[in-house]
Order: sequence, then structure tokens, then C-alpha cells
Amino acid sequence: MQKDLSQYTLRLADSALTMGQRLAEWCGHGPYLEEDVALTNVSLDLIGHAHMFYQMAGAMQEPAVTADDLAFLRDAHEYRNPLITELPRGDFAYTTLKQYFIDVFNLYLYQAMATSTHEELAAVAKKAGMEVKYHLARSEAWCERLSLSTDEAKARIQQALDDLWFYTPELFETDAAMQRLTAAGVAPDYATIQQQWQQRVEPFMALCGLTLPQAGWVATGGLQGEHTEHLGFMLAEMQFLPRAYPGCEW
Amino acid sequence: MSEMKLYEVFIRAKSGLNHRHVGSLHASDPEMALLNARDVYTRRQEGVSIWVVEAEKITASNPAQEHEWFDPAEDKVYRHPTFYPLDKEVENM
Repeated sequence: MQKDLSQYTLRLADSALTMGQRLAEWCGHGPYLEEDVALTNVSLDLIGHAHMFYQMAGAMQEPAVTADDLAFLRDAHEYRNPLITELPRGDFAYTTLKQYFIDVFNLYLYQAMATSTHEELAAVAKKAGMEVKYHLARSEAWCERLSLSTDEAKARIQQALDDLWFYTPELFETDAAMQRLTAAGVAPDYATIQQQWQQRVEPFMALCGLTLPQAGWVATGGLQGEHTEHLGFMLAEMQFLPRAYPGCEW
Repeated sequence: MSEMKLYEVFIRAKSGLNHRHVGSLHASDPEMALLNARDVYTRRQEGVSIWVVEAEKITASNPAQEHEWFDPAEDKVYRHPTFYPLDKEVENM
């Protein structure tokens, strides 16, 4: 159980950290000052979620390791996030739509996890879940505005949908460890989350006048540590300092 | 950016206090202004409530008329509420 939970919290942490790192790349590049601040605010929230999950994961390992060890001293094949969270930030429409997909997923994930039989996991989910509600209000508002405004904005968000849609099924993938945790009431049931996600996202895409792509390559692999080439570059940048100067503090 | 309007932002620091003007920001519409105000002006626990108002909806006095409007109050000291001591317990007066 301990080993399953340690693995599972790593998946949660890696997902939040890679999302947070991609959003942090907007710092100084936002479409305007106010949005620049907002994007990096959400980034900090997500890195905070990652920190809480890494602390849990690290404490359960033998010997115990720190959150920083897990974030900065693991290579790409040891990361367990779904591929969608490591994709490059793209343009603002792409970032916005990707964020919306993840926010809806996180909303139902943390809502269910808040009733976990594992007390610490439930407590983290309550805190993270509250912040996610705000993230979703933002990404939903932006999706609507981009979809219903100029031709260029609409074309860009439709392109983002075409590029991202088949990365979303991987969000709901589970492995044997996760299934044991779900059976024990520790982890949420991902099939239920997938239903809730679809029931919210698909009508919203229609409301925005966006067309779901019909067929494409369906992403998979993150849960087994098989990633896109983007993750390696992201980690190279993110991990450079602690690897070049081990134990460095500032 | 040409579509963006200027909004003035008012924050209530805690229950019981008035909303106070804290600054302004640009946004496409009132809802986005509110969201951005939350991120720009309240992320260090500055408030519990936000108002945003489109700047051009505010009717303002003319700075050029400052003297004719406000100077007459200066020499009527009997109108100034300064002739009684205020109890220490009264905050935010």
C-alpha cells in the first residue's frame, strides 16, 4: 500500500510540477501585464500542489528523500505525468485550452480525493481543490472569450483543440497500483472522473462553437515513464542549477 | 489590446471596512477585470472583496476647479471635526 501510494503521489506531483513549470515560462511573456501576473499566480499554486505531493511521496520512500530530490534529481523516464502536461506552452490559446482541460480534470479529481480514506491525501486535495476552482473560472472565461471573438483567436483555439484533444484520454489512465488504491478508497475512481469531465467539457466546446476532431493519435506512456522529447528539455532547464551546484541554497 | 478598457479597482481589506481604491488595470470586460484584479491586487491577502468599475463610467470633478471647489472649506475651522477627543477604541474613523 505504502509503495502504491508513493507511486501515485508521484504521478500527482509530476503532473502539477510540469504544468506549473510550463505556466512559469509565461513570466515576462504574458499578453499583457495583468495576465502575466495571473498566469504565474496559477503556476505558483500548481508548484505548491506538487510540493505537497512530493513531500508525501518522499516521506514514504526508503530511505526518505526530500521534495527537491524528487523534483530535481529524477530523469525524464522516472517522471509519471501524462504527456499533455509536459507539452510546450505554445501560444496563448494553446496554453488556455490545455489549462482548461487540466483544470476540469483537477476539479473532479480533488473533489473526489477530498473524501479519501487517507487523511493526509484528503487534506491536500481539499486545499488544492479550492485553488483549482479559481483556475477553472479563469481558463473557462478565457476559452469563451477567445472562441467567440476575432477570427484569428477562434482559428488559434480551434487549432489548439485539434492538437490537444487526443492527449486528454491519458489523463484517466490507471495502472494496477492506482486500481488497488481506488479499491481501498484511497484514490478516486478515474472512470467516474472521466465521465464527469466529458459531461462538462464536450457541451462547453460546443457552446464555444469549437469542433472536436474526429480521429488522431491517442497519447499514452506517461504512466510508464515514456515521454515526449519535450520533457527532457524542460527538465534540463529546470534541474540545471541543483544538479550543477548540489546542495546549493539561496 | 485596442479592445481593452481601463478599470478602477476597489478592495475591502476586511469585513466591516469600506472598499478603498487601490489602483487600476486593463481588461476586455468586467468579469476579466475582476479576475485580473484578484491576481494583481489581492495575492498577498490584501482583501476579502473586490469591486471593479469601468474608469470612463466615473464622473469626476475637474482638477482645474480645485480651488473654487475646495478652498472655501479651509477658513471655516468650526466645521472641522477636531474639537473633541476621540476614544481610543474607535478605529477606522
